[in-house]
Amino acid sequence: MPNIRLKNINNFICHDINLEISDREFLVLWGPTGAGKTTLLNTIAGLIEYKGSVSFDGSPVDEFPVYQRKAGYLFQNLILFPHLNVRANIAYGLRVQGEPKSMVESRVNELLRLMRIEHLVYRYPRDLSGGEKQRVALARAIAPSPEIMLFDEPLNSLDFHTARYLRTEIHKLHKELGFTTIYVTHCFEEAFALADRVAVLKNGRIVRTGFPEDIFKEIDCKAIAENGFCDCHQGSRNSPAQIKLENSNILCHSRRG
Amino acid sequence: MKKIKAVHSLIPILVFLLIWEVVTRLELIPGHFFFPPFTVVIQEFYRLIANGVLIDNFLSSFFRVLIGLSAGSIAGITVGILLGYEQNLHKITHPILSLFYPIPALGWLPILMLWFGISEMLPIMIIFICSFFPVLYNTVTGIKGVNKDFIKAAQSLGASEWKVLTTVVIPLALPNIFTGLRLEAGMAWRVIIAAEMVAIPTGIGALLMKAESLMRVDIIIVCLMVLAVMCLSFERFFIYLEHKLTHKWRQYAQH
Repeated sequence: MPNIRLKNINNFICHDINLEISDREFLVLWGPTGAGKTTLLNTIAGLIEYKGSVSFDGSPVDEFPVYQRKAGYLFQNLILFPHLNVRANIAYGLRVQGEPKSMVESRVNELLRLMRIEHLVYRYPRDLSGGEKQRVALARAIAPSPEIMLFDEPLNSLDFHTARYLRTEIHKLHKELGFTTIYVTHCFEEAFALADRVAVLKNGRIVRTGFPEDIFKEIDCKAIAENGFCDCHQGSRNSPAQIKLENSNILCHSRRG
Repeated sequence: MKKIKAVHSLIPILVFLLIWEVVTRLELIPGHFFFPPFTVVIQEFYRLIANGVLIDNFLSSFFRVLIGLSAGSIAGITVGILLGYEQNLHKITHPILSLFYPIPALGWLPILMLWFGISEMLPIMIIFICSFFPVLYNTVTGIKGVNKDFIKAAQSLGASEWKVLTTVVIPLALPNIFTGLRLEAGMAWRVIIAAEMVAIPTGIGALLMKAESLMRVDIIIVCLMVLAVMCLSFERFFIYLEHKLTHKWRQYAQH
């Protein structure tokens, strides 16, 4: 799996971003709304213009169009193709890359099983629930076996339990498939639960990077509460953070996986 | 259920025909010479079919519409896709197309008569122009209206520009493209009749004019009935095609 290197990335939001993500690492980009997290993901995917250099596995990909970068991307609003059913949505990436039909079939069947959505195969996106859409979008993103996965707040619109379940699934998939991952969120609990390393983004700049327990130990709890949904009590990985969700009075213990 | 629906929609037509027949038979309308009963019109319809007059004229009009509409639609869709997808090309051509679009198809008749003379090319070109601009306009609107997020998603999954166009943009623009086709399918028949009435000696329009000069109201009504059926059939054909291609995924399938 490739590592990712960002060197002096600048565009309309990002300023002088330098970051290196190791092979198979799960990096969480954490920061408030408007910090430039999605813009940075779009930059890595090649979806927007930028100055500076993006390298995958040591080779610059700046001149590569989006479709040649082959970074899997799970968008915040999922963007399932409305004119394709679940099977065709998942198969899309493989079909456009000209994979043989038999290979496409077996890969799609494998993903349907893995994501436990075999029963949805002929449904269209308009007939899926939020959680089902999320699983289909995830299956579609990983179908072409990308070596890099970009997640843009994928659990934002889901209810607490579905989000928690899918978070565990994403973590498991990352461990099994080993793709190098950049995961955007503004939720402290998600960042703490998933990250190997956290990069904190503020006003288009990376202000801090480090292990989650170090990052969240240093950051003022008040700031976390302001930035995310959470009213939290400081904790560490061994003594997990306690998070009181703002509107539900649920006290939960953040834990990995 | 469908059969019951079809019968329900036939009832008003049957009632209308009955009233027509009764009113004209009882001579309730002054000047009934100019308003023959429905049964007389039907008799004339059979006579015109039997002697081949209606079929010859119908086929002339039919093939003109078919060729002109197919060529105009194919050209409109092709150019529309190109202009909808290539923003710069659209910016350059938009002012010119905006000037041509409002010109009614029949407005082109005098200049086309000078260019092509009274030949088969004349009605075909009129239908071509009649179909081209509205289909082009609707195609451009459809292509430009495709959410850019779908394009980004397709690209991130490895789709090249061509694949994005053929597998995402065009399918998602189909509802708009069909709106153009549907509108023009009926319009093409209206325009061909008008063109044949003015400038071409064969076809349903020409038959209408001959019937008028012979004061044969029954033949005029036969021609108008043929026109109504053809307009409706062409429109229905495109509605059917649209339904077949898009109803599975569209929220409000139209039929």
